[in-house]
Parts: sequence; C-alpha cells; structure tokens
Amino acid sequence: MPKTLFEKIWDSHVVAEEKNGPSLLYIDRHLVHEVTSPQAFEGLRLNKRKVRRPDLTIATEDHNVPTSDRSLPIVDQISSIQIKTLEKNCKDFGIQLFGIGSPNQGIVHVIGPQLGITLPGSTIVCGDSHTSTQGAFGALAFGIGTSEVEHVLATQTLWMEKLKPFEIKVEGKRKNPFAVTAKDIILSIIKRIGTAGGTGTVIEYRGQTISDLTVEQRMTVCNMSIEAGARAGLIAPDEKTFDYIRGKKFTPKNFEDLVDDWRENLKTDSNARFDKTFSLDAKEIAPQVSWGTNPAMVSDVTERIPFPEDFAKDDLNQKNAAEKALQYMDLKPGTPITDIYVDRVFIGSCTNARLEDLIESSKVVKGKKVSPKVRAMVVPGSQMVKKQAEEMGIDKIFKDANFEWRESGCSMCLGMNPDILGPGERCASTSNRNFEGRQGVGGRTHLVSPVMAAAAAIKGHFVDVREMDVN
Amino acid sequence: MEKFHKVKSIVTPFDKVNVDTDQIVPKQFLKLIQKTGFGKYLFYNWRFNKNETLNQDFILNDPKYKNSKILVTRDNFGCGSSREHAVWALQDYGFSVIIAPSFADIFYSNCFKNGLLAIILDSETVDRLLQIHKEIEVDLNTQTIKTDTEVISFQIDDYKKHNLLEGLDEIAMTLKYEDKISEYEKKSTLSSLL
Repeated sequence: MPKTLFEKIWDSHVVAEEKNGPSLLYIDRHLVHEVTSPQAFEGLRLNKRKVRRPDLTIATEDHNVPTSDRSLPIVDQISSIQIKTLEKNCKDFGIQLFGIGSPNQGIVHVIGPQLGITLPGSTIVCGDSHTSTQGAFGALAFGIGTSEVEHVLATQTLWMEKLKPFEIKVEGKRKNPFAVTAKDIILSIIKRIGTAGGTGTVIEYRGQTISDLTVEQRMTVCNMSIEAGARAGLIAPDEKTFDYIRGKKFTPKNFEDLVDDWRENLKTDSNARFDKTFSLDAKEIAPQVSWGTNPAMVSDVTERIPFPEDFAKDDLNQKNAAEKALQYMDLKPGTPITDIYVDRVFIGSCTNARLEDLIESSKVVKGKKVSPKVRAMVVPGSQMVKKQAEEMGIDKIFKDANFEWRESGCSMCLGMNPDILGPGERCASTSNRNFEGRQGVGGRTHLVSPVMAAAAAIKGHFVDVREMDVN
Repeated sequence: MEKFHKVKSIVTPFDKVNVDTDQIVPKQFLKLIQKTGFGKYLFYNWRFNKNETLNQDFILNDPKYKNSKILVTRDNFGCGSSREHAVWALQDYGFSVIIAPSFADIFYSNCFKNGLLAIILDSETVDRLLQIHKEIEVDLNTQTIKTDTEVISFQIDDYKKHNLLEGLDEIAMTLKYEDKISEYEKKSTLSSLL
C-alpha cells in the first residue's frame, strides 16, 4: 500500500501496539532543556529509575538564560536554581549538556540541526512545542509534556495515538523571495487554516515553493506548524538537507550509506492518501504582519486592520476574540498596517535566529540607523550562529545601526529571562507567538519576518520591505 | 496518579476560544522545579489586576464558582506551549474535569498523564453547559454527564479511560514491554551521541 512520509517514519518506529489504543513509539533523539525537565528527573529519582539511553539524549540551557555578558552570574535566583538543577540532573544521570559557556549552547531547535543530531527518518522529541522545527529534515519531531519527558528518559519510548497526515502544497515562484520569506509563507497558511486547522495531524509541506526553500527557511515553516495546531511539520529530505547535515559534530560515521537509503525511501509514495489537503499559490503571498493575539490574526502589510465582523465570517466566538484582541493590542479597525509604530524590535527565536535570517535582515540594516524611538536587539539562535555571523561581520552591521547584539537563547520570544516588553510596549518580533503577555505582561507583539522586523526598526513603523532600498 | 471515578460540582462557564497555555500559566511562573503549588498562578494575568488585587470581573473570582471542579470552555483550549504546568495549575486550583468542543493536542495528552479528565463534546452541548450555572455529575465509568435535565454521553478511548480509572503509572506499565524495546534497539541503526 502506498504510504506518506509520515506513515513510513511512524511504522518503522512502532515497538508495540495496544488493541484499540495507542502505539508504543521508539524515540531516536531526546533533547532536554531547563524549564520542562526538572519535574521529570525528580520523578525518576522518586521511583529509583535511570535514564535508559543517555547516549540518545542531549541537554542545553536556552529558555531562561540571560543574553547579556556570559561571564557574569545569573541575577535572577530562581532562574539560577533551574539552571543548576539541570546541571546536577545531567551529571547524576550521565547526560551530555551544552550549558552556558559551551560553544555549542543555543536554542534547542537551532543546535539540534547544527550539531547533526537531527537526522532524516528519525523520531525526535523535546519538552517544547517548537520541536516541530526539526521536521524540516524529514524527521518526525514533536513537542511533549513533562510527564512524557520522564517517560522517554525512563523507557526511550512514548505512547502515541497515530496522527493523521495533512498535505499542504505551496506551488509557484515567489515574486520577490528576499521580501516574501518562509515566515510569510507559514503565516499566510495559518491565517487561512486557523490555529486549530492542523489539530491531530502531521503536516507535510510539499510543492515547488517548498523545494526551492533553503533548509533553514524550511525550518521556519515547520517551526510554526504547532501554531496551526499540528503536532509536527515535515518536509521530505533532498540533497540540500543532506548537505546541511554532512560533516557536523554528531553526523553518523556511515552517513553516506544512510543518505543512499534516505534518498530512496524518505518520500511520500505517489498515490498515497492524505486525510486533508490544502493548497496555496506562492504568487498570492505578501509580507505578513500579525495584528491580534493569536498567529492566525495576520494581514498583508499592504492591508488595514480588519473589522472584527469581517474577520470572523459569522462566527460569534471569533468576532468576540478579535474585538478583545484589538482592545489588548490598542488598535483600531481600518488603520493601515504601515501606520503602526513600534517601540521595540526583536530579531531572534527558534523561528528566525539562524545565520541566514541574520544575513538577510542585515541587508536591510546596512548603512542605516535604527529609528531613535526604537530599541532593537538581535539574539542569535546559538553560539555557533553568533560566531559565524561575527566572522562575516554581520554583528558590525547591526551594531553600527544601533542594534544590540546579544548572547544566544530563547530571550524575548517568551520573556523568561530579563529580555521582556514593558506594559503597553509594542514590538515587531520575528518569534512565533503573539499571545497576550507572551513577551512581557501587557506587551504587544506583532509577528513578522526578519527583513520586515529590520525595516520596522529603521523606519520606526511597519513598512513594506519590498519598497526599501536594500544593500 | 489518583484514581478517577465521579465528580459532582457546579460548572465554571469559561466562554473563550483559543485559550493558550501562556494564559493558563504565564511564563514568569515556569521557573519552579516542583509540580506542586501552581494553582495560585492559574490565569494569573486575567485573575489579578496590575496591582495584584483580584480582578472582580474575571469569572473564576465569582464566589459562586469557588469550589467548582468542572471547567467548561470553547474550542482549541490549551493551544500553544507544551508546558505541563498548565495542567498542574488547573488541578492544583481544584479542577478535575475540563469540557470543550476541542483541545490542542499536547495539552490534551498532558491532561491524561496527570489524571485530569478532558472531555470533548459538540459545540451545541457545550453552549448548554455554559448556560447551566448548576451542579452536574461526571461519571467516567459510565461515560456520562448528568445535569438536572439531561444525561449526556461522552467518548474516551479505552486506554485513557482504563489508566484514569486505575490511576496507573504509565512508566511502570511500559517497562513490561522491556523485551520488545530491547529487541527494537538491536535492529536500530542510529548512532549514539556520546
């Protein structure tokens, strides 16, 4: 029977099946961080259990670490306890940790691929919903809760209901691929299918537009699958994928043999059946800006803030939600998006803090200055990204324009460290969630691509980056 | 995990769509390293005013619902972050049942790992429950909800139901599959990270 890529990976990892129940799935790679793991390790201790496969487990510190000078101690005592707890847990249970101070430290979904931990055809979990990012390599990668973290640590398996394959096809050439980015593709998709459009599914992104994307751009697309409600996103691996993984720290010794097998098998068979299909024409996509408090509340930069009744299409609950969102965001329907002024700009997060994101946004910034009313920061996704960017002089372009150039971590994407918005502050952010208070209590988040964020930093308000001079 | 049987309580009507886990427990409270004590942070930014006084307009602060164990809400409850702290907070606050037309996947799974019963009902039934303002009884064994006017059936898969009724430790159960896990590992070709 023809199978989708998802079904092939799933089937090859089933260890056991319960009748009329879930399957026991083998997990090839487990990534651990400081925020969602302490209670899992505590559970192991209480039950006198060990980590079954420390050799398949890697930890890093990313969520609450400061992005200021790394030689200074962590001021926030509670953050510091969480960091020390992870360090102790890794030591006690024999897990390799890339902590603060390690050249391999960084956002877990940035370092996984950079270190060659993320491999096509494998199953990857982490106590973080954006694990979906790593599906860009043709891996089945998804976020789990802390109880499941404990379960994987103890058994290297997970009980799962089989998800349903959902095909999203993006066809055609983008008219301006510099300005219409992977972020705009995924925001356009979420705008159309909604934040629960993918619930219960694994999305496989297909079509010419997706094949044309670089591997890092594909990660941006897969990253926000969870914002459409899908547990995971998936893109069939190709030569670009294999080239990205080749020669990394943990790239397997028998890599070329594996590539032969992946090239042959890791694709959806023709005639395979998807439970759902959605298509989008890349020519229709413009730079996107979110205006509300969930990632489906998004408009083209050329549009105006919608009226709640137009946005909701006869759904009273959605209309109420849109009204509340506009109230929270302090925005009036009918306002042109380009009339929205920002106080802060954040270029960072597991969505958009890889090397290419920094290179592209630096082209908008080069030779210009951040608007005097704006505080702008760049937080590279990992120490490796930071170092590579510095070797290319990217840091200098940002610093010359008055951007802050910081150490790596999740930072202002979720504001667990000192990088937060003040009440009422408005931010152009390259992150993934514009939920109320996400970046700081009372903070207002607009989701955009790195080039759109850079453009907003320079002009002080949103602008169509297609109309900017770019170096 | 405690065994789950029946719950009888007044319903807290929480009439909102797309409630994300950032709202259920804001991130400033995710730095704790234990599972207990999250109830006081539940819906923190909605439950409290900026000066940390109670927001009297927020439904959970209505004294009528003080001892409620059942939360009824709308579509896509628990979307966003995978933080299990959301479930710990709901339980610690006093809820043992959440009813909605749909839940986000990770949140739904997290509920059952902790013995919090998440029930999916059609939107029309949820509309009625949001208006009920009275006690209802949820019986997991018979998969029914009794109100003073009707008996509503709900679906739950046998595996989840069994685990909740028995209060099972899932890891202990999985360890019985040791032979199968070892057998799988023997044929697995993926390399070690050490």
